[in-house]
Amino acid sequence: MQDVAIQPALSAIPASNRVQRLALTMWRHRWLYLLLIPPMLYYLIFRYIPIYNAQIAFKDFFALKGVEGSPWVGLQHFETFFKSFYFNELIINTIVFSAAKLVLGLPIAIILALAIHESRFLFFRSIVQTVTYLPHFLSWVIMLGLLLALLSPSSGMINEVIKAMGGQPISFLTSPAWFRQVVVLSDIWKETGWSTILYLAALLSVNPELYEAAEVDGASRWRRIWHISLPSIIPVVVLVTLLRLGNILDGGFSQIWVLYSVPVYSVGDIIDTWVYRSGVLDFQFSLATAVGLFKGVIGLILIVVANHIAKRVAQQSLF
Amino acid sequence: MFRSSREDWGFQFLINGFLLIVLILILIPLWRVIMTSLTPLDVYMRGGTPLIQMPWEWSFAAYDQMLTHPSFPRATLNSIIITVCGTALSLFLTVPLAYALSSRTLPGRKIIIALILFTFLFHVGLIPTYLLVAKTLSWTNNLLAIIVPPAVGVTNVLVMMRFFEGIPEEIKESARIDGANDLQILWGIVLPLSKPILLTIGLFYAVHYWNEFFTPILYLNDQNLQPLPVLLRNILIGQNFSEYVDYDVSRAASIESLKSAAVLLTMLPMVLVYPWIQRYFTKGTLLGGVKE
Repeated sequence: MQDVAIQPALSAIPASNRVQRLALTMWRHRWLYLLLIPPMLYYLIFRYIPIYNAQIAFKDFFALKGVEGSPWVGLQHFETFFKSFYFNELIINTIVFSAAKLVLGLPIAIILALAIHESRFLFFRSIVQTVTYLPHFLSWVIMLGLLLALLSPSSGMINEVIKAMGGQPISFLTSPAWFRQVVVLSDIWKETGWSTILYLAALLSVNPELYEAAEVDGASRWRRIWHISLPSIIPVVVLVTLLRLGNILDGGFSQIWVLYSVPVYSVGDIIDTWVYRSGVLDFQFSLATAVGLFKGVIGLILIVVANHIAKRVAQQSLF
Repeated sequence: MFRSSREDWGFQFLINGFLLIVLILILIPLWRVIMTSLTPLDVYMRGGTPLIQMPWEWSFAAYDQMLTHPSFPRATLNSIIITVCGTALSLFLTVPLAYALSSRTLPGRKIIIALILFTFLFHVGLIPTYLLVAKTLSWTNNLLAIIVPPAVGVTNVLVMMRFFEGIPEEIKESARIDGANDLQILWGIVLPLSKPILLTIGLFYAVHYWNEFFTPILYLNDQNLQPLPVLLRNILIGQNFSEYVDYDVSRAASIESLKSAAVLLTMLPMVLVYPWIQRYFTKGTLLGGVKE
């Protein structure tokens, strides 16, 4: 209704007048436009030129001919990818990793957040928070060092326990039977503590009077968690889950890239690691770009849909 | 009354017991690495890393061997250059962008935000950027390839923008009446009020640059340019071990001690700044952290 009322009012002002007014507003903000020049140049060069370069997914890229000069080949590279034997493997591996990290990591994070929230020993609680947040800030190369200290067949702690009990050492990182477990569990070890922060923020925003009222009514601790704490974090849980589903084609590039090796390609290779190998190492620039673009388009669709659902279900949105 | 407090004790026992287990699970690998790095060679040869190593038995030979080889100081210097220049550039681009976009009356604001968000949601993968950096710009073996391309993080811009939006308009307006322009307001009024957010976002950028290991391997062939995480990876994977460490069978540390010492030395700056990052956690930055 308001729009209808405003429209005629706007058009009642003479066009030259509106242009003048806009020009005046822009002139008033001239210093802000000056500030915008460097970051806009950055975005143009480092974010939009790559999108322009992505056209080589539809071309046969030759380095000498450049991005513009290379001949168009249509959807040939996409067809190659869809019909290839590694298509299923890459998609399955990628989704297995992101789904397993979500399904196992989310409940652990919720339980940890509830436990931290309920603990009455404040000093101990802050130690737990400090220590469990720390791994988030460690790079995957450092994680490799920590994992080798536990899993190395010759000197790893877990293998020493296995040997002490009379078993054969397991080479976890190069064994196809174990690689996926190592990836998922190490990701949970690294990120669970950090992910509790959001749930803790939601728990802190609960009105304390609710807990007091429940206590007066004789509700047990468990019932208070079930009926007050848990419902208060559900919007955040929904939001995080949708966001993670939107990013389901991200299996965790830097993690896999550091941890994997030829023997575990069949269970560990994901879309991004394959793009790296075929593009940078095998010089199949166009094919690798096509695969990357395929992932990007699906990812864009998924995240927009996820955001739409989040808005409707949890009244929250990402953007 | 009595009943409820007894129930409470049982409950607290359970909850804190669970937290203690989580704490131990996080600390085990770190403990193991610390102990391995300090185990003297003769103890190690007899039975590997012991569970606990008494302080009077500690051997710092592994650290000594790491620090005396030229590759470690060189990699540290490269890491410092990348981290300092990268963080400075990141803030130099993020602050003006966030400040300009925090002005709700700026014509074109929505278009710019949409253009930025689009790059956040739509990725075309590694190769198009690789072609730009390695071929078009020819930044191979140039630290710019590590520093410039990842300089602006969308979530950091949005978090900082929200912070700037929270600064009362009246403060800026009164400065404007006194004849100050937007640049002067940003420098003289807004930035001094924004120290916590600048520190938080700056530390997030610094952590990112310090941890970066993939782009150095992608763009730098010259070993002399490699930062610490790449050196650590080479040491851990153990190809041409003696190229990176002063390793000699007759010397005082085992290979495992050297690897552990390398892990801890790479971690050290992170662990030192970490309490500062934690101190400035705010709700806004937390929300941003999740999206990464």
